[in-house]
Amino acid sequence: MQICETNNTNKHQLHVEFPSGEMSVRQALGQLMSVLTPYDLSEDDLGSVEIVLGEVLNNVVEHAYAESDDGMVLMSCTPGAHVLRFCVEDEGVALPHAELPKGTLPCMDGPLETLPEGGFGWYLVQNLALDLHYRRIGRRNVLAFSIPFEGNG
Amino acid sequence: MEFSCKETSDVLFVKVEAERIDAAAAISFKENMRDITGKCGASHVVLDLSEVAFIDSSGLGAIVSVMKLMGTTTRLDLAGMTPTVDKVFRLTRMDSIFTIYEHPEDVEKIYKAG
Repeated sequence: MQICETNNTNKHQLHVEFPSGEMSVRQALGQLMSVLTPYDLSEDDLGSVEIVLGEVLNNVVEHAYAESDDGMVLMSCTPGAHVLRFCVEDEGVALPHAELPKGTLPCMDGPLETLPEGGFGWYLVQNLALDLHYRRIGRRNVLAFSIPFEGNG
Repeated sequence: MEFSCKETSDVLFVKVEAERIDAAAAISFKENMRDITGKCGASHVVLDLSEVAFIDSSGLGAIVSVMKLMGTTTRLDLAGMTPTVDKVFRLTRMDSIFTIYEHPEDVEKIYKAG
């Protein structure tokens, strides 16, 4: 796992690069949360960041790389005023139809045995992130989004 | 994944002794819970999440799956939600599917009150 911080054109940027895998996602999230410590994010803001990035990164591992552990995932974060801008890239398979899933909440009205056990991930992402853009560029998936934060003030 | 259990005459309290129920832990969580709830005869199980700081959609799915496995004869309630776990349950409206207690002890008070 590599983590670096760059400071170009007055914009601070954080990069984390890590191999595909559920434990690697856990470590990468831990790294991200620790490098965000100097920024003025509230506990609730940090929760939103961890929820969204957890879903996005695990989606790459489970679907783009189909659980194989030889892919690389690149995550970058550019903190701005009350917003964090993220970009996540991988070289796995494209999203179905090369577009973002709708992210609607699955139906929960039926009896116990019909309750959904999945389908919440993209809903959480769409609910907490803004300006979500997905592009397939050559063999790469590029997902960009923002997460607003209120801070402690 | 570690668990600690406490059984009273009415309820089996299962405390998750882990910080995360995420994609890396979801299968282990499901298998352990199936074993724990399968072995006991309690008709009311309370899952204590007070040590769990983070859950993702895989973990959420695992909890729903455990509830479905227990069927309609055994009740599964939740207790001790930390802020981020609570947020995931609220956003996905799963808080409307489960009965959620602020503290596990609140469940015992209800039985004592009759």
